[in-house]
Amino acid sequence: MSKLDSKIPEGSIEQKWTKYKSTVSLVNPSNKRNLEILVVGSGLAGASAAASLAELGYKVKCYCFQDSPRRAHSIAAQGGINAAKNYQNDGDSVYRLFYDTVKGGDYRSREGNVYRLAEISPNIIDQCVAQGVPFAREYGGMLSNRSFGGTQVQRTFYAAGQTGQQLLLGAYSALERQIGMGNVTMYSRHEMLDVVVIDEKARGIIVRNLITGAIERHFGHAVVLCTGGYGNVFYLSTNAMGCNVTAAWKAHKRGAFMANPCFTQNQPTCIPVSGDHQSKLTLMSESLRNDGRIWVPKVQGDTRKPTDIPEEERDYYLERRYPAFGNLVPRDVASRAAKERCDAGYGVGTSKMAVYLDFKYNMMRYGRVEAIKNNNPNADDETILSLGKEVVKEKYGNLFDMYKQITGENPYETPMRIYPAVHYTMGGLWVDYNLMTTVNGLYSLGESNFSDHGANRLGASALMQGLADGYFVIPYTIGSYLSNEIMTKPISTDHEAFVEAENKVKANINALLNIKGTRSVDYFHKRLGKIMWDKCGMARNAEGLNSAIKDIRALKDEFWKDVRVPGFNEEFNPELEKASRVADFMELGELMCIDALNRDESCGGHFREEFQTEDGEALRDDENFAYVAAWENKGNGWDLHKEELKFENIKIANRSYK
Amino acid sequence: MSGNMNLTLKVWRQQSLNAPGKLVDYKVKDISEDMSFLEMFDVLNEELITKGDEPIAFDHDCREGICGSCSMHINGRPHGPLKGVTTCQLHMRSFKDGDTIVVEPWRANAFPVIKDLSVDRSAFDRIIGSGGYISVNTGNAQDANSLPIPKDDADEAFMSAACIGCGACVAACVNSSAMLFVSAKVSQLSLLPQGKPETDQRVLAMVNQMDTEGFGACSNTGACTAECPKEISQGNIARMNRLYLAASLGGK
Ligand SMILES: Cc1cc2nc3c(=O)[nH]c(=O)nc-3n(C[C@H](O)[C@H](O)[C@H](O)COP(=O)(O)OP(=O)(O)OC[C@H]3O[C@@H](n4cnc5c(N)ncnc54)[C@H](O)[C@@H]3O)c2cc1C
Ligand code: SF4
Ligand code: FES
Repeated sequence: MSKLDSKIPEGSIEQKWTKYKSTVSLVNPSNKRNLEILVVGSGLAGASAAASLAELGYKVKCYCFQDSPRRAHSIAAQGGINAAKNYQNDGDSVYRLFYDTVKGGDYRSREGNVYRLAEISPNIIDQCVAQGVPFAREYGGMLSNRSFGGTQVQRTFYAAGQTGQQLLLGAYSALERQIGMGNVTMYSRHEMLDVVVIDEKARGIIVRNLITGAIERHFGHAVVLCTGGYGNVFYLSTNAMGCNVTAAWKAHKRGAFMANPCFTQNQPTCIPVSGDHQSKLTLMSESLRNDGRIWVPKVQGDTRKPTDIPEEERDYYLERRYPAFGNLVPRDVASRAAKERCDAGYGVGTSKMAVYLDFKYNMMRYGRVEAIKNNNPNADDETILSLGKEVVKEKYGNLFDMYKQITGENPYETPMRIYPAVHYTMGGLWVDYNLMTTVNGLYSLGESNFSDHGANRLGASALMQGLADGYFVIPYTIGSYLSNEIMTKPISTDHEAFVEAENKVKANINALLNIKGTRSVDYFHKRLGKIMWDKCGMARNAEGLNSAIKDIRALKDEFWKDVRVPGFNEEFNPELEKASRVADFMELGELMCIDALNRDESCGGHFREEFQTEDGEALRDDENFAYVAAWENKGNGWDLHKEELKFENIKIANRSYK
Repeated sequence: MSGNMNLTLKVWRQQSLNAPGKLVDYKVKDISEDMSFLEMFDVLNEELITKGDEPIAFDHDCREGICGSCSMHINGRPHGPLKGVTTCQLHMRSFKDGDTIVVEPWRANAFPVIKDLSVDRSAFDRIIGSGGYISVNTGNAQDANSLPIPKDDADEAFMSAACIGCGACVAACVNSSAMLFVSAKVSQLSLLPQGKPETDQRVLAMVNQMDTEGFGACSNTGACTAECPKEISQGNIARMNRLYLAASLGGK
């Protein structure tokens, strides 16, 4: 039997989840008390899972490497969260969200999972509101919505530019409540460094206490990884500095397959790179594309100030190329279009690798409405503009402030300069419908799995997926596994598998500390990032990928000979943490290139230059590549397993936003 | 693209909680005004590592002013000279060539030093765990729009909810009081109809936990709001005091 059984329930797409829920095996409350679950990660996926599982009565332990679960990277999400509520009466439905997501992912995701996600989405909003998440509201007291890319309805719920923060604080408060009640034990400043597998089942983890350096063994009847994405393999990305692949990678080395690792997303609306000191890139939320128009000058190398370039000399290239969706095309399309203009010499700013995002037009539009509301329909342009600025300020004030803080320019007066940056990873651990990896009892939720977004994620859908997985999927699906584990007594952490895993972790740490080379971890991380960005970034080709694989192997050798990790293990040692993460990124980077090389087609965020249409759009090959590429680690290399994707409810078609 | 600022840093170095600490001088050269304050520390750390010295430990993650990790006391002010800005969003254009900058960790008994500029703020988590939530299990919720909430209330709750839990308010306060942090959460939840049923027990439990953690009393100096990177209003403290009084007298 193939190892890749996606376990999609039988029945019509509308009935699958309902039927599953009403027939899945349950664990009775007194047995739940004896079952221990380890949840690694406290972002939206981890916090919601840990809290919900504890509410059900399981004994839960939760881990994060930050000093508090509230600081998980989810906190930084800005723009919003999707849900098929159809509060706007604009034609939204579960089916439409499902359809938009599958199409947005360029037909490389699994119908069953995506439909369930769309189906659950309304419950998420209900749950968050009940927790006190202060979403934006209209004057009538009802929830407000905005648009995001790749859709023609308004289904995005938001809290100014701080949606992730508010959602995470909601999940965090639910988690803290369970911690306060003694149902969850929280391990902050702990990093998982291995999974313990006994008789082909995940039975625990090895963690390092980041303050004391102590290496600890923890047993669990099941292990749930909610450890986020791996965008930092590129060094520069919009992700928080600590985001890493280590937990997923260690699981991969213990038998969990990695799926579609080359599917990464560039967000078109980021503040451009300004110098080599830069440690990260900052996103300006996609929601700004609601009210901003993207353009470059019509002539190459135009050095005039943007405000001096008259209307007719501007190329609103997204509106020109994609009239149906305009500035709201999906991210992969918008990113590529920006790259195309800059590569062709139309870029702006000192580096010429940027385009303008201009709010003036919409500020005037809002200003006119406000003027009429204020009984001042004949207001002059200046008054209208200042009224409009106030409206924009209320919607995006914190983002505009951030832009100003970073660039020193005032975006209320002059257009923002933006350029794509690495933002999200659609690839991740392969999971079945239960969100279980190829290792029994080892689950993966949120950005760390590959499940719902195909080759391109639509904006505002990651928050939705993280919370769907944690609040509403895992509480059911984990029961189907644990109902067979009620007789399993806790396994002693003296078991040889724990000892072996701990020794391995310690050996790795000692190896890193003893290299005592000449270069810092960041030095190697930056070089890896450059290889990845140049050769496995927004555009890829076979030649570049082949050379990237060679470059990465050479860099890896150099790293293991010449990295310098100061200090020792038994202390708070951030350099040591970084070193072990970068070591894993090197191995992942190689697999990403291998995966990109294998996929002889362009789809979503994966753009192989050899495979494009005449007008530069991605050229998919459904005959040969309508599959999930799941890679099995063989120690010295990888074996490819294919999960064929079947489209029974959506007609697979050319993806057009024209 | 390096810049042309040369600076002297006086940085607090302390190996661990019980080890003695002291300010150590460092020179940094060719700093660009576009760098963030933490990127300037990256440059310094890179230099220390290459020279074979111990880099300076500090907390940070998002570098976007939202996670609340970064926590440097800069020239006597939490998060440095600018209003409404976290350490990670402070850029070097706020300083001049030749400046001397003193950098220390948050100072408060309830925030013990872990190493150098990094402190333990887990007391904040325990305060939230004592009552900073609405007791609603997953699955219990009704349709989100079945409970209209006046926009002004929602907006005000949002303003209080913007707290990032960084602890600058505590570091700024002569008494190391956590009143601004605690009152922001109490306010957010009591402003919303969903949170009202638990108001009394919440405020009593959270204030009790705050005292247990060893935070000081509030003497209304206003330093907390002045230094808060999210400009959380002092009005929250007044609201919490009212709610606390009512809950104490209520004695259901
Ligand atoms: C700037 C920005 C803005 C965004 N805006 C939006 C938006 O508006 N809408 C949207 O839908 N999506 C958005 N996204 C994407 C979205 O925020 C993420 O995909 C999502 O929050 C990921 O959640 P998560 O729970 O899977 O992981 P994370 O929030 O990344 O959490 C990972 C957790 O795992 C822990 N962890 C990791 N490794 C280990 C280890 N080895 N040991 C112990 N713990 C570990 C971490 O401590 C953390 O608690 C945005 C992303 C960025 C970067
Ligand atoms: S109230 Fe302000 S200073 Fe205090 S923790 Fe919250 S954000 Fe930080
Ligand atoms: S690093 Fe996140 S707020 Fe400063």
